Amino acid sequence: MSALALLEETLAELFERELRAAGATPDLLWRRLEEAGLTLAGVPEAAGGSGGGLEEAAAVVRVAGYFAAPTPLAETAFLAGWLLAEAGLPIPAGPLTATAAESISLRHANGGFVLEGRAARVPWARAARSVVVLAGGHVACVPGEAVGLEQAENLAGEPRDDLVFDGVALTADEARPAPAGVDAESFRARGALARSLAMVGALERVLELSVRYAGERVQFGRPIGRFQAVQQEIAVLAGEVAAATAAVAAAVESCDVLAIAVAKIRAGDAATKGASIAHQVHGAIGFTEEHELHRFTLRLWAWRDEFGSEEHWAVALGKLVAAAGPHGLWPLLTATKEEEHDG
Amino acid sequence: MSIADIVGRRHKGPAGYPEFRREVRSFLAGEEFEPRCDAWLIGHDPEFSRRLAARGFVGMTIPTRYGGPGRSALERYVVVEELLAAGAPVAAHWIADRQTVPLLIRYGTEEQRRRFLPAIAGGECSFAIGMSEPDSGSDLASIRTTGHRVDGGYSVSGRKVWTSHAHRSDFMIVLCRTAALTEDRHAGLSQLLIDLRAPGVEIRPVRLLTGEHHFNEVVLDEVVVPDSLVVGTVGEGWSQVVSELAYERSGPERLLSTFPLLVELVRALGDRPDKGGAAALGRIVAHLATLRHLSLSVAAALEAGELPLVRAALVKDLGTIHEQAITETARRQLALEPHVASASRLERLLAEAILAGPGFTLRGGTNEILRGIVARSLGLR
Repeated sequence: MSALALLEETLAELFERELRAAGATPDLLWRRLEEAGLTLAGVPEAAGGSGGGLEEAAAVVRVAGYFAAPTPLAETAFLAGWLLAEAGLPIPAGPLTATAAESISLRHANGGFVLEGRAARVPWARAARSVVVLAGGHVACVPGEAVGLEQAENLAGEPRDDLVFDGVALTADEARPAPAGVDAESFRARGALARSLAMVGALERVLELSVRYAGERVQFGRPIGRFQAVQQEIAVLAGEVAAATAAVAAAVESCDVLAIAVAKIRAGDAATKGASIAHQVHGAIGFTEEHELHRFTLRLWAWRDEFGSEEHWAVALGKLVAAAGPHGLWPLLTATKEEEHDG
Repeated sequence: MSIADIVGRRHKGPAGYPEFRREVRSFLAGEEFEPRCDAWLIGHDPEFSRRLAARGFVGMTIPTRYGGPGRSALERYVVVEELLAAGAPVAAHWIADRQTVPLLIRYGTEEQRRRFLPAIAGGECSFAIGMSEPDSGSDLASIRTTGHRVDGGYSVSGRKVWTSHAHRSDFMIVLCRTAALTEDRHAGLSQLLIDLRAPGVEIRPVRLLTGEHHFNEVVLDEVVVPDSLVVGTVGEGWSQVVSELAYERSGPERLLSTFPLLVELVRALGDRPDKGGAAALGRIVAHLATLRHLSLSVAAALEAGELPLVRAALVKDLGTIHEQAITETARRQLALEPHVASASRLERLLAEAILAGPGFTLRGGTNEILRGIVARSLGLR
């Protein structure tokens, strides 16, 4: 088994165990993840992470999506850990979150820095021990207690809290200039990739649930999966999952903004269509709070709108394509990393 | 079959083969043709095929010992997608290159390979597909064309339909029943290689609503086929045909039939489209880029010796629907009343795409049949 497959399996086993255990809490889950060294996958060891690269970080986010894990794994490794490692700042223990809200200002003061402003909808902020902020061309790591917090949630009930930075003072070594390539745009792209990965995980689960339900639910003397209408719908769902998976895998491989735009659009479209089909297959019971389907469909509905909806990224991609012109379209679609190095 | 197998998380696409792309693009730069939608079906130009063959781009997977370029399926994929994206007239050699070459390499006798493969590589020998019949479309196993045993071969009688370019092809691979029908409907079918100039072959045109004539009805009246032209094993025709399907269903021709129209749409929207135009373009390109990754992952799996029939079915289902979506997006973005005889390339391509549209999701296995295949693999049937 490859190291990547082992990572996925270890994480999956942990989620299976911890999420079903009696008395499971997000805090306990986080502690188990930290003990297993799974919270900083993809962050270089030299920076305090558990090593590996984007592929490892991506796998963790996807598996967390599959389990609808109520914990800021993506925010910690994929976003906060990435920012801190890029800026050469130490990575503190505990759950982390990050924001690059342009409504936060950073200014020099008293030999250090002062943060001012409000960041809306910061994921898992109330659960985070520290908040990593990208502002004024700098990366800063702010202790949670220093920031004002107003609770809010997304459609799936995941924390999306507003943070208030009311003259938060930082010493000179608590903030570092962000290197080239680390800015609000690349942060948004990174967040979009994280949500796309999580959606792929959730979509896989939704397909599994739908296949299982269609095989178990008996009406008119047979499992409903025997009806062609249901078979066709589930096949379409499988197609959406395959497409989203392919688009997101390509984005992890190349990690350029075009590929990320493709992934977010395709995963978002798949989330929309997939959630719709899954609910149709599950009938009324799938619509209840008691049934587990909503744990995934609510997340799909929420995640598709975060870090830029399909429409936002389609406009961005469309502008890129238009700028390339009619003769640039095919080269744009067929360019590979090797060619970029040759060119 | 696990969902991971179907969805294909573990399959990566291949590298870009930039040298081939450059070569094909340089070849195309020296050619003059009008880009067309559905070029692999309607762009019939034997001279173009011969020039392409002279550059080693026809029958690319034919081994060198049979006079071919001896290239991999992935290298062929790259060349084919370059040609289709350009709307180049590849129809004359299309079937021979896509179907007949892998069939003969896999199941042909040494004599058949020596006779046909070099000619295909030279762009000199064309083939048609004889599978569907008036009463057998989706239900291919129900075909009634029969091959009766005669001295030294078979006498074939029946009717084949939807045979593209049979009227200007040299040979046709006919699926027929050579043993009586039993409980196993798939047993007793064979693939026979028929010379379309042989006595007993009558070809009648089938015109489409597009105005095109490329389809035909081929009536076979006791056409004699010698044993030497049986392809593969007598009675094993069904499994031979099925193995072709993964190749046939997932290729770039299932994504790029309307690509020439998309190019013109980009031209028409200009370099600063409004928000709606940009969004429509971005969405189309995102879906197309995704389909290409999916298609390439199937090609890579095929190259690795696997047979991802389910994923190939998914590619064809999604890809052909998207080909139609490109047409609709173009139509909605441009306020045109297109016609195939228009002086404007954009209008011609849009009209062509609209008219050809229904065929995308019907040919090569209707999308409903493909979804049934996917459903079966998920254990629902």
